[in-house]
Amino acid sequence: MSFKKLLTSAVGRKITMGATGLFLVLFLIVHVGLNLCVFANDGGEMFNQAAHFMGGNWVPRILEIGLFFFLIVHIIQGLILEMNNRSKRGVSYAKSYGNRGSKWYSRSMALLGTLILIFLVLHISNFWLPNRVHQGFLLGEEINLYERMKVTFSVGWIVIVYLLGLIALAYHLMHGFQSAFRSLGVHNNKYNKLLTCIGHGFAIIVPVLFALMPLSFYFGWLS
Amino acid sequence: MEHYNMHLTLKVWRQPGTNAQGGFKSYEVDNISSEMSFLEMFDVLNERLIEEGEDPIAFDHDCREGICGACSMVIDGKPHGPWAKNTTCQLHMRAFQDGDTIIVEPWRAKAFPVIKDLMVDRSAFDRVIQAGGYISVNTGNAADANAIPIDKKSADDAFAAAACIGCGACVAACKNSSAMLFAGAKVSQLALLPQGDPERSTRVIEMVAQMDKEGFGSCTATGACEATCPKGISITNIARLNKEYLRAVLTSEEA
Repeated sequence: MSFKKLLTSAVGRKITMGATGLFLVLFLIVHVGLNLCVFANDGGEMFNQAAHFMGGNWVPRILEIGLFFFLIVHIIQGLILEMNNRSKRGVSYAKSYGNRGSKWYSRSMALLGTLILIFLVLHISNFWLPNRVHQGFLLGEEINLYERMKVTFSVGWIVIVYLLGLIALAYHLMHGFQSAFRSLGVHNNKYNKLLTCIGHGFAIIVPVLFALMPLSFYFGWLS
Repeated sequence: MEHYNMHLTLKVWRQPGTNAQGGFKSYEVDNISSEMSFLEMFDVLNERLIEEGEDPIAFDHDCREGICGACSMVIDGKPHGPWAKNTTCQLHMRAFQDGDTIIVEPWRAKAFPVIKDLMVDRSAFDRVIQAGGYISVNTGNAADANAIPIDKKSADDAFAAAACIGCGACVAACKNSSAMLFAGAKVSQLALLPQGDPERSTRVIEMVAQMDKEGFGSCTATGACEATCPKGISITNIARLNKEYLRAVLTSEEA
């Protein structure tokens, strides 16, 4: 019963969301680091080597299963929380200023998360899925992801969808980063203030770094 | 401060009983003094309704000095009205202007069913307290209050959390109708003191389980509760509740 509480109680569900959310934050750091390899400006050599390390090696491939597992837990738990929370009011207010003191993005985490999920479907079908299919889901030969990016990001609407997805990610992180620590029980105001600052910085810097890649390909900033 | 009289239009939620259909009804009130409290304004209106043979508007009130937590109503979309760190009984009519239309609704949460008009049943809070908001004490003579040394910071934080009057404004303001600020305050005031230690683990687990049973939502940490709390209970109490919960679940011997 004890561990079940971490998955099913009103507080336990938030602890799960916070823990999986922070794992996904760590993943974002790895992902953005790999992406930055395109700015070596060497025709994608360094980037393809990094991609090969992630795709052609059992250790990251096994960790990848963990990533999908935590991502799915985060999505399912988030949707259940949103449905539960929405069912608690009954009659809604005729006039509502009850949200004073709160930011719109903190009230819209489920919406922002859903937008990120829609973006992820496109993103995974652009790169991850075709590559793994090409590999036969084992350690087979990979496709040239740098060349694929060039092709993918030459299409205007795809670049726009990526930018919109990153804006949703930025606002999701703006609240989620510091809120995750609160859900895990960080109540010391010294750390809460610090984590809010770091969270805001992370929420701006990481999506901007991600956005630089499709923009660079689209506008031909890379040689 | 300049005194003035007002003519106001009130749109008040009327509902004869818990399962009855409710709706807004408009009332015009005249000669409302800027120095009246919001509840006194209702008293004036109710006197008139009684004289006219109409059913007066039911609302909860007790101390009328801002410490009992009874006067629950959402005024123009804000629990306890437009003033910060304030209860409805301490809201004065000078918060409004002549000619204003004011919408008054009960707390909205399934866990707080409407009894009548603006009165809601907040016994769910009592049951959450009964589930774990208590401490063990020895019977016999009362122990010396200062027998156990407590550091100033913990004593102050516990006192600040204990200022919660259980009015339910946090639930009313929260988009999830969550009672976490209330429970966070109640868990914190005991978790911060040595007297609360014997039931430290069972308390938080039982109180959260009871909140789930009563139908309150989870916390999204938007901060709407803290902003509306008449006693300024800090949202960090919710994080402390989360910590206590995580600790209790992980250290429990239960499989």
